[in-house]
Amino acid sequence: MIEIENVRKSFGPLEVLKGINLTVAKGEVLTVIGGSASGKSTLLTCINGLEPIDSGRILVDGVEVHAKSTDLNRLRQKIGIVFQQWNAFPHLTVLENVMLAQLKVQKRSRAEAEAEAVRQLNHVGLAEKLSVYPSRLSGGQQQRMAIARALAMSPDYMLFDEVTSALDPQLVGEVLDTLRMLASEGMTMICVTHEMKFAREVSDRVAFFHKGVMAEIAPPEQLFGAPRDPELQTFLAATH
Amino acid sequence: MFDTALTANDLILLARGAGMTLVVTAISVFFGTILGIVFGVLRYQVGPWWAAPMTFVLDIFRSIPLLIQLVLANAFVTTVLGWRVSGFSVACGVLSLYTAAYCSEIVRGGIEAVPQTLRRAARSLGMTWGQDMRHIALPLATRVALPSWIGLALGVMKDSALVYIVQVVELLKSTQILITRLQEPLFLLMICGLFYFVISFPIARLGGYLEKRWSHD
Ligand SMILES: Nc1ncnc2c1ncn2[C@@H]1O[C@H](COP(=O)(O)OP(=O)(O)OP(=O)(O)O)[C@@H](O)[C@H]1O
Ligand SMILES: [Mg+2]
Repeated sequence: MIEIENVRKSFGPLEVLKGINLTVAKGEVLTVIGGSASGKSTLLTCINGLEPIDSGRILVDGVEVHAKSTDLNRLRQKIGIVFQQWNAFPHLTVLENVMLAQLKVQKRSRAEAEAEAVRQLNHVGLAEKLSVYPSRLSGGQQQRMAIARALAMSPDYMLFDEVTSALDPQLVGEVLDTLRMLASEGMTMICVTHEMKFAREVSDRVAFFHKGVMAEIAPPEQLFGAPRDPELQTFLAATH
Repeated sequence: MFDTALTANDLILLARGAGMTLVVTAISVFFGTILGIVFGVLRYQVGPWWAAPMTFVLDIFRSIPLLIQLVLANAFVTTVLGWRVSGFSVACGVLSLYTAAYCSEIVRGGIEAVPQTLRRAARSLGMTWGQDMRHIALPLATRVALPSWIGLALGVMKDSALVYIVQVVELLKSTQILITRLQEPLFLLMICGLFYFVISFPIARLGGYLEKRWSHD
């Protein structure tokens, strides 16, 4: 379970998260929508401790992320994250990309790591690309590789930050299909997305962020069907 | 083809000089690169307050002519500290620091060129700062920095000619000794240049080889 309690976060004078309260249960798929600069990415990077927070707290399975005593490198193995930018390590092959953290962080044997990498790459449909370098992959393939790389750590949670928004339109589908597959397998997920159709389909709940505040959170039928927050109404009107 | 008084023994003298140039260069580039990586990473990592004094000290090594550094360092070590060290050690020490000063700049630039997003991705997989450096940041920085580093290594090889000032007989000094004796400057300088070329060429080629190996496009 991810528990976010009254989290505030500023970059200098700019308050980006203004007291966020949110609980994501095991197995839940939460999508986060909202305008640019509303704090969506920042929230995700706070959850895995890449960014510090100013006040409040975030608990992942009861462990306080920003407590001094928390071993972040260990906690992060539980929380996979995939970013908007394609973050393939360009000097490693696809297989090596997916093996590296398994070898160095989890200290798995080469054989184990390779077997797991092959399994995950198979899962996201990249079985044919094992020995290829990332520069030879399309954006969609790179994103699927990044997903496999995160999944190979056997995380309990997956965070996705607009993983399709840097892709050509015809490649969006294959990545969304991968996310749908994960959702159907019961993975606990937080997906920041601009794909409203996708959000409607896969989410258990949808959260709408506006200027650092979670203005509304509800199951998709309700949030899309009968939005109450006026900003959300404007936002939805603009995206349809 | 030439009418020359150059003997086989003289050639051996030149080869010894070339060997000395190679050894001084190799040692200096080796230690200078290690130090350069340490300083480069530190300067990137510690923040402006600590980086500023470090940069200042390194700038001293970069801006004072090497010849002056050698003479001063030699005088300082032998007379002020009273150590009994060879000119060779002084030469290697000074050239290593000189190399480190330039190398740290190259390393810092290389690390800065690695996209921050890649390093975040590495950390978010649970990698420590050190693992990120070792497996992601430095390998990628190396690819960026390689051409400048090759340039530096070749430059140090040529600059190493200045160590004659602390009584180290390297290639150029050996050549000068022969010129004084045989009075055939042009011919001898040509041979000297050839020696320099022969020992530089592999380093220059190494760059091309690695660049090719590392490009996966
Ligand atoms: N490292 C940083 N330093 C300073 N300001 C930052 C930093 N990261 C984000 N910000 C600022 O914080 C605000 C919120 O950014 P964030 O990336 O969380 O928004 P977002 O909701 O993800 O937007 P988008 O939909 O454009 O991705 C923005 O104004 C951004 O400029
Ligand atoms: Mg964002």
